[in-house]
Amino acid sequence: MSARHLRGIDDVGADGLLRLLDLTDHMAEVGRRANPKVPALRGRTVCNLFFEDSTRTRMSFDTAAKRLSADTMTLAVGSSSVNKGESLRDTVETLEAMGVDAFVIRHRSSGVPWRISEWCTASVINAGDGWHQHPTQALLDLYTIRAERAARGAEGFENLRVGIVGDIRHSRVARSLTEALVLLGASVLHIGPRTLMPPTPLAPSTDDLDAALADLDVVYLLRMQLERIDSAVVPTGEEYSRRFALTPERAKRLGENVLVMHPGPINRGVEITVDPAYLPGSVITQQVTNGIAARMAVLFDLLGGVDLDVGSPAIGSGGAAS
Amino acid sequence: MTEGKRVLGPDDVRRATTRMAHEIIERNRGLERVVLVGLQRGGVWLADSLGEEIARIGQPVPVGSLDISLYRDDIGRRPVVPGSVSSLPSEIDGARVVLVDDVLYTGRSVKAALDALNDYGRPDSVQLAVMVDRGHRELPIRPDFVGKNLPTSLGESVEVDRDGVVIVDAAETSARDGGSR
Amino acid sequence: MSRDAQGGGVLLAGGTVIDILGERRVDVRISGGAIAEVGERLDAADDEVIDVSTMVIAPGFVDLHTHLREPGMTEAETIETGSRAAALGGYTAVVAMPNTDPTQDCVSVVDFVRAEGRRAGLCDVHPSASITVGRAGERLVPFAELAAAGVRIFTDDGSGVQDDGLMRRALEYAGELGLTLAQHCEVSSLTAGAVMHEGECCSHLGLPGWPALAEELMVHRDIELVRLTGSPVHLLHLSTARSVELVRAAKADGLPVTAEATPHHISLTDERLRGFDPLFKVNPPLRTIRDVEEVRRGLIDGTIDAIATDHAPHPGHAKERPLDSAPPGMLGLETAFGVARAHLDLPLRDLIALLSWRPAAIAGLGHLHGRPVEVGEPANLTVLDPSVEWTVDPDALASRSSNTPYRDVPLVGRPRHTFLHGDAVVRDGVATR
Repeated sequence: MSARHLRGIDDVGADGLLRLLDLTDHMAEVGRRANPKVPALRGRTVCNLFFEDSTRTRMSFDTAAKRLSADTMTLAVGSSSVNKGESLRDTVETLEAMGVDAFVIRHRSSGVPWRISEWCTASVINAGDGWHQHPTQALLDLYTIRAERAARGAEGFENLRVGIVGDIRHSRVARSLTEALVLLGASVLHIGPRTLMPPTPLAPSTDDLDAALADLDVVYLLRMQLERIDSAVVPTGEEYSRRFALTPERAKRLGENVLVMHPGPINRGVEITVDPAYLPGSVITQQVTNGIAARMAVLFDLLGGVDLDVGSPAIGSGGAAS
Repeated sequence: MTEGKRVLGPDDVRRATTRMAHEIIERNRGLERVVLVGLQRGGVWLADSLGEEIARIGQPVPVGSLDISLYRDDIGRRPVVPGSVSSLPSEIDGARVVLVDDVLYTGRSVKAALDALNDYGRPDSVQLAVMVDRGHRELPIRPDFVGKNLPTSLGESVEVDRDGVVIVDAAETSARDGGSR
Repeated sequence: MSRDAQGGGVLLAGGTVIDILGERRVDVRISGGAIAEVGERLDAADDEVIDVSTMVIAPGFVDLHTHLREPGMTEAETIETGSRAAALGGYTAVVAMPNTDPTQDCVSVVDFVRAEGRRAGLCDVHPSASITVGRAGERLVPFAELAAAGVRIFTDDGSGVQDDGLMRRALEYAGELGLTLAQHCEVSSLTAGAVMHEGECCSHLGLPGWPALAEELMVHRDIELVRLTGSPVHLLHLSTARSVELVRAAKADGLPVTAEATPHHISLTDERLRGFDPLFKVNPPLRTIRDVEEVRRGLIDGTIDAIATDHAPHPGHAKERPLDSAPPGMLGLETAFGVARAHLDLPLRDLIALLSWRPAAIAGLGHLHGRPVEVGEPANLTVLDPSVEWTVDPDALASRSSNTPYRDVPLVGRPRHTFLHGDAVVRDGVATR
């Protein structure tokens, strides 16, 4: 049986997502204990292969693996020139020869996890590839939405209305989250200027945040990369904030049960000009906490039951392999 | 329930539960700091039943459940089908824990449960209650309270619920729940 | 040049000749580098007889668009290995693209390429030269001097000439000398960082898009510059439906515009990029099925004059880079006939026209290649097995690289023998040198 992967939402499917969310519940319970560690993945080795700097995501995966008692190796190549000259394939094959059960891969180029999964027998987990996919972020976002809405007396993803605001075009977070939410029956609205939308829309879209605000259950703010402003995709940061930031005025108009989310790190004063700590609907801190549990669920699902050709693990049983 | 050889009926299960409840009360005089913990998934209903019986005969005791899927020693050799999230009703430190499961077989689930329990605290003592002991132990573990000792062969599996106990051919069930009990 | 010049010749017996004159069942005797005799049931005499019954004898193919990579990038291909690939693909002449290192922008580099081609002796290698020095888009090359060295096609292929005024002057100057400028149509400000066709697929894959408009704008500009200057332009590797439409209209207006299309743009779409395999990265990029159909239609109705391979070898490690940093390009010479046959609904003679005498005329090689199979003509011929089934094995290709997008794809039709100036450079599908 070949290794299963979590490269994109495609690898999971709707049933798989729901199962991973249930598994995340177990992992969150582990996280609440005094000793948040279980022996589940003793003897397994997880290699964090980060070709792009991302301390937060790397630490989240590392912690997740350690809480499951897996051994971890970390190679942070960074965004330096190293990865231009060196063959990706050589790097992966060398590391795999050291005995790796799963690669966690972050790369600034779209598609790298797909290529790597063709060159190795280990499982591949995408920790963000270019503008393309970031499936564990989507999973932790779904989990946060489910848990926080349940705490506010609402359930299910059907009839849920999520507005994703900002730079959709260059956002792997937006792509994975949109795909996952649509799979689960939620409706997604992309909000931003045309220059920050993909050439072909991935969801209904608008450039009028104020009009959209009244009809949303979740406002998901994306990080606005400052270099986009430099490259004239939007005229000025100030104009962007005026049109698309969560301002104090807009925050006041949010219903009391509307969740405010952000994948982090926040550019304060750009996409949000109000302190999220004072927003009742802000669940940004919970997103970070849930990130570890969601990644534990993925690691456990991929490495906890791969050898037996029965049963139905969440990943790779419902989605289309490519 | 699957077709098979029925060895206990609903009344037998009820009587066995009542007897075990009495034995638990007798062993733990006063029931002070006794906690019933059912193993996910098969032990949960039995822990609930024992809890009801103990409350009827003596006094209520806390009842919880424990998911052991992250503690199994056969991870990677069977599908992962966790039950509900573990829910322990009170402090484990200093408690007298009675682990409850439907069938005692190799002893590996109980070993995993002991490991899991250890991560929640340090109980004063741990006892084991099972509805059926079918033999074939692979670890030095023995039950304190048994509903029925039931000799079986390795090719069989045992299914237990409130309605009774049935022995079936293992081939019929292994594909469904991932292994015989 | 021929080995057979002094001794007995070769008799191609039992085949069907297809050339610009039509189709007929005749034997063909090759001797002294030329076609010595054509007729029914020729006497073998001293000749070696090759049984070509069930096969088609055609004038050799001419590729308007080959990257031989030498000088400068011999890890990917050399003039010799590229010539061998060409011969195996049925080609007797190729136009070598100038984006070598150093650039083919002066007589010494052009002479080197021509001489290496002659030394390899597998295919006539006709170097093109760049339009601007170093393909930098700033200063014009010495057109007259390069023309005197035999160059007929000028192109900055790999990129288009961005500056409208410069392109106008190049057309005015080169047109006067009877030369043809060939354009890689791409407005670079619209394709910065582009990896694949801009559309639905790239939106999902999170890759920077190469919009069809970037090609069409330059096609349109060059057509208008041809209208202004009267000088001819050849448009390289057309890939979009609207480009084909623009060329069709230009031809209807009687403008001296010619165009080519590649086998991959009539057989593959942008959906192939879904696995992120750089084997499918090419410039211009693979487009949508609608574009593929329109390019096919352009070839069928004569809007597009020729099939050209854009044979672009790259070493294996370069194609193992992430998609956005891997170089664009795919092999084409050895698979062109099989791919074109599978994807163009054309009689064999019309297909051979697109591969042989039409491109020969554009390249200014009509006196040597794509000739009728007649007595006295140079024996630049390919013998095609039009119905043989074969599967592409990248490692078995003669090219030094193996970046074909057709791995394990079953094709029908393959050149079996190739004669270059009477010399059997390919016999039974095997290069003889």
